Amino acid sequence: MSVRRVMGTEVEYGISVQGQPAANPMVASSQIVNAYASSTARARRARWDFEEESPLRDARGFDMARQMADPTQLTDEDLGLANVILTNGARLYVDHAHPEYSSPEVTTPLDVVRWEKAGEQIMLDASRMAAQVPGSTPILLYKNNTDNKGASYGAHENYLMRRSTQFAEIVRHLTPFFVSRQVVTGAGRVGIGQDGRDTTPERGFQISQRADFFEVEVGLETTLKRPIINTRDEPHADPAVYRRLHVILGDANLAETSIYLKAGTTALVLAMIEDGFIDRDLTVEGAVRTLREVSHDPTLRQLVTLRDGRRLTAVQLQMEYLELARKHVEDRLGADADEQTVDVLARWESVLTRLERDPMECATELDWVAKLKLLQQYRDRDSLDWDDAKLHLIDLQYSDVRPDKGLYHRLAASGRIQRLLDDQQVEHAMHEPPTDTRAYFRGRCLDKYADAVAAASWDSVIFDLPGRESLQRVPTIDPLRGTRAHVGDLIDRSDTAQALVAAITR
Amino acid sequence: MAQEQKQPRKSSQEETATEEVVESDLAERKEMIDEDVDAILDEIDEVLETNAEDFVKSFIQKGGE
Repeated sequence: MSVRRVMGTEVEYGISVQGQPAANPMVASSQIVNAYASSTARARRARWDFEEESPLRDARGFDMARQMADPTQLTDEDLGLANVILTNGARLYVDHAHPEYSSPEVTTPLDVVRWEKAGEQIMLDASRMAAQVPGSTPILLYKNNTDNKGASYGAHENYLMRRSTQFAEIVRHLTPFFVSRQVVTGAGRVGIGQDGRDTTPERGFQISQRADFFEVEVGLETTLKRPIINTRDEPHADPAVYRRLHVILGDANLAETSIYLKAGTTALVLAMIEDGFIDRDLTVEGAVRTLREVSHDPTLRQLVTLRDGRRLTAVQLQMEYLELARKHVEDRLGADADEQTVDVLARWESVLTRLERDPMECATELDWVAKLKLLQQYRDRDSLDWDDAKLHLIDLQYSDVRPDKGLYHRLAASGRIQRLLDDQQVEHAMHEPPTDTRAYFRGRCLDKYADAVAAASWDSVIFDLPGRESLQRVPTIDPLRGTRAHVGDLIDRSDTAQALVAAITR
Repeated sequence: MAQEQKQPRKSSQEETATEEVVESDLAERKEMIDEDVDAILDEIDEVLETNAEDFVKSFIQKGGE
């Protein structure tokens, strides 16, 4: 009934070595992650060395279990690809051919924004640090989802849900929401079709980066036959109580309002599903086809056909969910609704109302509209067709993480895109963990006892203590324990990891 | 997509106000908007990578996830 929920995001960044299109992306991604790992802390570098020198001891840790479950990951690890945990509780690593940042667990949409934006700055710092290595070639990073040549990479969301909720109910009520939410959360793309070849001089912009890469409604895959609803079920928490809904449909957003509303509105819909509150059938006929049709019409006039025969625009379908969410919050919380829940509802309504009137009214808030407006201005000034390389360049460069080159950053710096956070808040989140989840325990331990932390993962921190034969594993299976309220004083009081572990296991 | 660049960077209050202003103000406003568009495009022209075609062509990714 509120936007509060254990959540997190994972973003794979596009990567290219300047002037070397044939460069090995795994090597470049490793250079990025290793540069950050070795520049930020001596102890974490030691941890990495330690892991490589004593691979068997690592078998006690979580990462090994993940490797065994995931052969692709094992290959990455065999190649020595980097994988580090940061003091803000995040994970920075190489996933296949991309550097990836997985945010720490947070509980509010604004904190999703905060720690995801921190990830952008970490990637920026990492690329600058990698460039300082003598003889290196600059590596460019992009927060986008496609190269317009057939490849796509993800920006995933994770939402902790109650295990007792029937998965069929999630599929039924979430699919229409996911098909239509792109009008708010799309990042915008120049190019139609997976490889962009369906672009014509007159038709070349679509709302979503990802829509053309989805082929089925439900499934386990993430890299082929991508499903609108992904069924991966790996909760990193007590599986009897929780499932983790892994959402692979979304675009990588830069605009803070887009990220905020993506997490906030999805959390509201999940709360309704868990509560059995959605009393109407909004099932969309041909969800995969509809996802693309909606994306391909930035005028937002494309009609969506529901199973009950109604025909609505995607904005109107979103308004159905908004109306239900308003009722749900009013019913369950009334005047006690928390500030962010009230704010998400208000912004969601405001954005949808303006999108229906004239999408361009959202150009200071939403990625796809900001991007389209800029592209349209170029088209008007320079008489460019949609297949012009310059428009493709603007699309690509919108997501460049560098503040001087990235067009999102230029628009935000000149006030043409609204911010929800300031630079200091984002900078803080690069180093500090959230205080209200287990990420707090993980992050504080890595900061304060770096020399004694052998490994860490979502659901454990593993200590290597002087005088102890075996590694000491502290499980963190409950995402809402290990918070500042639980362990803040204890960590403040414990000068050494031995003292901490002794106090915990006493 | 015919509606773009009529009203960049405007709040809804400004919009309501616009309906009440006289012709000369509208002309002045349009001039300001045009200048703003020119300013942002000039700024972005300066940072865009040179040789768009080559740059876009050489951005080749492997799939992820």
